Amino acid sequence: MQSREPTIFECSVPGRGATDQWPQAEPAALADLPQRFRRKQPAMLPAASELDVVRHYTRLSQRNFSIDTHFYPLGSCTMKYNPKACNQYAMLPEFLSRHPLAPASHGQGLLACLYELQEILKSVTGMTGVCLNPMAGAQGEFAGVSMIRAYHEARGDHARVEIVVPEAAHGTNPATATMCGCTVREIPVDAAGDVDLAALRAAVGPRTAGIMLTNPSTLGVFERHIVEIERIVHGAGGLLYYDGANLNAILGKVRPGDMRFDVIHMNLHKTFSTPHGGGGPGAGAVGVNERLAPFLPVPIVGKDGGRYRWLDERDLPQTIGNLSAFMGNTGVLLRAYVYIRMLGGEGMRRVAEHATLNANYLFARLKALGLDAAYPDRRASHEFLITLKRQAREYEVSAMDVAKRLLDFGFHAPTTYFPLMVPECLLIEPTETESKATLDAFVAAIGRILTEIVGDRERVKNAPHGLPVRRLDDVRAAKQLDLTWPGTPAADSVAG
Amino acid sequence: MAFIPHTPAEVREMLDVIGAADVEALFDEIPPDLRAGAPAGMPEALNEMQIGRLMRERAAADGTTLGFIGAGAYEHHIPAAVWAVATRGEFYTSYTPYQAEASQGTLQLLYEYQTMIASLTGMEVANASLYDGASALAEACLMAVRANRKSSSRRLLMPATVNPRYRRTAHAITTRQGLSFEALPYDAHGGILATDALDAHAGADPTALVIQQPNFFGRLEEVDTLTDWAHAHGMLVIAVVNPTSLGLLAPPGVWGERGADIVVGEGQPLGVPLSAGGPYFGFMTTRREFVRSMPGRIVGRTLDAGGHEGYTLTLQAREQHIRRAKATSNICTNQGLLVTAATIYLSLMGAEGLARTAAASHARTGELLNALTRLPGVRAAFPGPFFHEAVLRLDRPVAPLLEALVREGILGGFDLADDYPELGPALLVCATETKTSADIGRYQTALGRLVRDRHAKP
Repeated sequence: MQSREPTIFECSVPGRGATDQWPQAEPAALADLPQRFRRKQPAMLPAASELDVVRHYTRLSQRNFSIDTHFYPLGSCTMKYNPKACNQYAMLPEFLSRHPLAPASHGQGLLACLYELQEILKSVTGMTGVCLNPMAGAQGEFAGVSMIRAYHEARGDHARVEIVVPEAAHGTNPATATMCGCTVREIPVDAAGDVDLAALRAAVGPRTAGIMLTNPSTLGVFERHIVEIERIVHGAGGLLYYDGANLNAILGKVRPGDMRFDVIHMNLHKTFSTPHGGGGPGAGAVGVNERLAPFLPVPIVGKDGGRYRWLDERDLPQTIGNLSAFMGNTGVLLRAYVYIRMLGGEGMRRVAEHATLNANYLFARLKALGLDAAYPDRRASHEFLITLKRQAREYEVSAMDVAKRLLDFGFHAPTTYFPLMVPECLLIEPTETESKATLDAFVAAIGRILTEIVGDRERVKNAPHGLPVRRLDDVRAAKQLDLTWPGTPAADSVAG
Repeated sequence: MAFIPHTPAEVREMLDVIGAADVEALFDEIPPDLRAGAPAGMPEALNEMQIGRLMRERAAADGTTLGFIGAGAYEHHIPAAVWAVATRGEFYTSYTPYQAEASQGTLQLLYEYQTMIASLTGMEVANASLYDGASALAEACLMAVRANRKSSSRRLLMPATVNPRYRRTAHAITTRQGLSFEALPYDAHGGILATDALDAHAGADPTALVIQQPNFFGRLEEVDTLTDWAHAHGMLVIAVVNPTSLGLLAPPGVWGERGADIVVGEGQPLGVPLSAGGPYFGFMTTRREFVRSMPGRIVGRTLDAGGHEGYTLTLQAREQHIRRAKATSNICTNQGLLVTAATIYLSLMGAEGLARTAAASHARTGELLNALTRLPGVRAAFPGPFFHEAVLRLDRPVAPLLEALVREGILGGFDLADDYPELGPALLVCATETKTSADIGRYQTALGRLVRDRHAKP
């Protein structure tokens, strides 16, 4: 692979442009725009032909791993295959050209899809109300914790501002609690990976707003104390928040509503297979039980007789409000809808079963290679946690080294150094759409790397070797900040 | 249709390796009492041919319209190359670029995007995007509170000329952290902030002033005066701008003596289809001195172990996966795919194409205003400079007219009755470069018929 792709700015030639894309110049149109409002210096944007632009960004795309090209055993991210039909049918011209403020009378087809998606998500999670609006998992968390706060305040219970979070939780959980004006109480997990019940009992009280739990947890195990946790938290007057990051593991097997969670978010870009797009867009729909239903964000799709319409703050006067200008990532929701309709109820159960089968198979094979499980006596859920603590001590290689070396074998790295409490860990989630052959090839690569750790350690420590770049200097990136291509008028205009 | 490749023989083989009798055994740690039966009311699976038919039927039922609504989402020409390249699997199905060596394509693209959006807004640094324009404003308000060391308050000045949906979103997202917004009224005749009445609002140590340009009515605010006034009173300036307009209008980086401090906006006009409201992306740019207060992903250029150039996520110590409860925001993803589209769009348009798009949109809106204000009972609400969007006042309620227009396949504009009842019957209209004189004529004819039909009625 070519070692460097020039930036688009280096491909630019003054006077060149994709002129077929431009409207006619209309200088007369500007007569009513006084000079003081006008731009004096043009923005420094590329000046390139259409073919220049297509080649440049196509070549950049080839410098990426992706699900279409690589296996991503990325724990807690559920990088499954994104069926092409979901994209094609969400991008029908009528859906793409619909203005968000067009009247509902003119969008009954779209609203029917969204309404049915709400109903299916309620059914599969055991919740009574769903809002599709949050634009990512973290925004779903924000909506959920905001509703918990609104609930307590509506009851005059103003002291409840503490959110309990197990130490293994995603970073978004404590960050969300802070966004919602709460304080965070972290509690430990026990040696088997379950929440430490004694610590939980000590943590809850009249200041407890709620607990945020992922189940199966980010340790790759089902939280076996869930019934007792529910009693403790509800008994103390707090509510239970379900982080849906790992919903793929239990689809059609056990429902958050049946575990008596009060509020959940679902990562539609994980469980329901909408594409990650290089870091978004996601969709973080929220579900609630009856007690939180009045506080759901707006808008929500409602149905009056046979007609669909948007419900807003006039319908839900206690709503926590709008989380976006319009109605969230509608196009992502359509993709999730297509996927869910293709699965059906039976397909959902098969998803959870095969995701769990793949994880337990890979877990067994890797243990047989001599890797250490963080929780060796536990059943893997749809993911599992390996610790390389021993290899780090004996051979001075890190989880990061192994992750980087895997890239050379054509495998995206597993999630590394998360959860933070398990040293030198790899969190591995194969997903149900990967074949046994792919898993076996991954095992073979790990086997090679374990051999290299003993016999050719530098090869691992200096990996990757076959990618467009070698390991990057993150310290330099943070200290000598270079965030824009130099020589742009941006710097000039600020200086001038 | 669960996209599962396993053969029954493979499943058996895998269970043997695990040492489990059957797949059900793999769920043995879930308390049996909690186990669900089949979820009720779940529809049967459809194959691709069947779901394709269903979706095409629903799309066809909705049809398409001739649209004259803006109000925060704008229909512009999107070059075919934009989505042809953005939906390549290598962009479309890749993950957040944490593993930099396996994500150089996305990372370099984001670096190029940061350069373009910083230059377009006249600022020094940019992040890799936020969810949408409204939530970006909410994040900008939180950022201003962190960044403004001259003010200890959590109060911000929020003009009534800022998009009402942005104001509602900013309130919903920031209220739990104690931010409050003081509404600034607009001049009823001009439709812009009255600069001579500002001093009454400077008293209680506000930390920032929000300025939308063009404002929600399409009018151009006196941004230089407003920026200097805010700075003179120790406030930061948060600019909310339309990126297309910056092809022609002065970027926030040069407003007043010192320029705006934080710039946000809706990226949708840059190659992203209307899509019923999303996915879009919010952009955010700022001064270099505030970069560590900025939320969201940021990409930097650096060197690899061999001394060669490469790109990586940087300043991650601000973010939730490192800082947890002390992070600048809980935001995790950006809107990577939409930024991919916008970067390709900006590369194709260049400064000249963007300026022409802005000028043509402004010209069509001017033509639309001329056409509609010739009708009886229709007049322009606010005199003075505007850009590519404007308010009409009517002599009768707007909602029934819009409903009648929809029946003719025309989206006539955005009814301001809910958000600005003081205006009386008022309609916000917009025509972009995608509209022809014939389209405008069609709207004029249809509205003319309606206002004349009913003109005789009391």
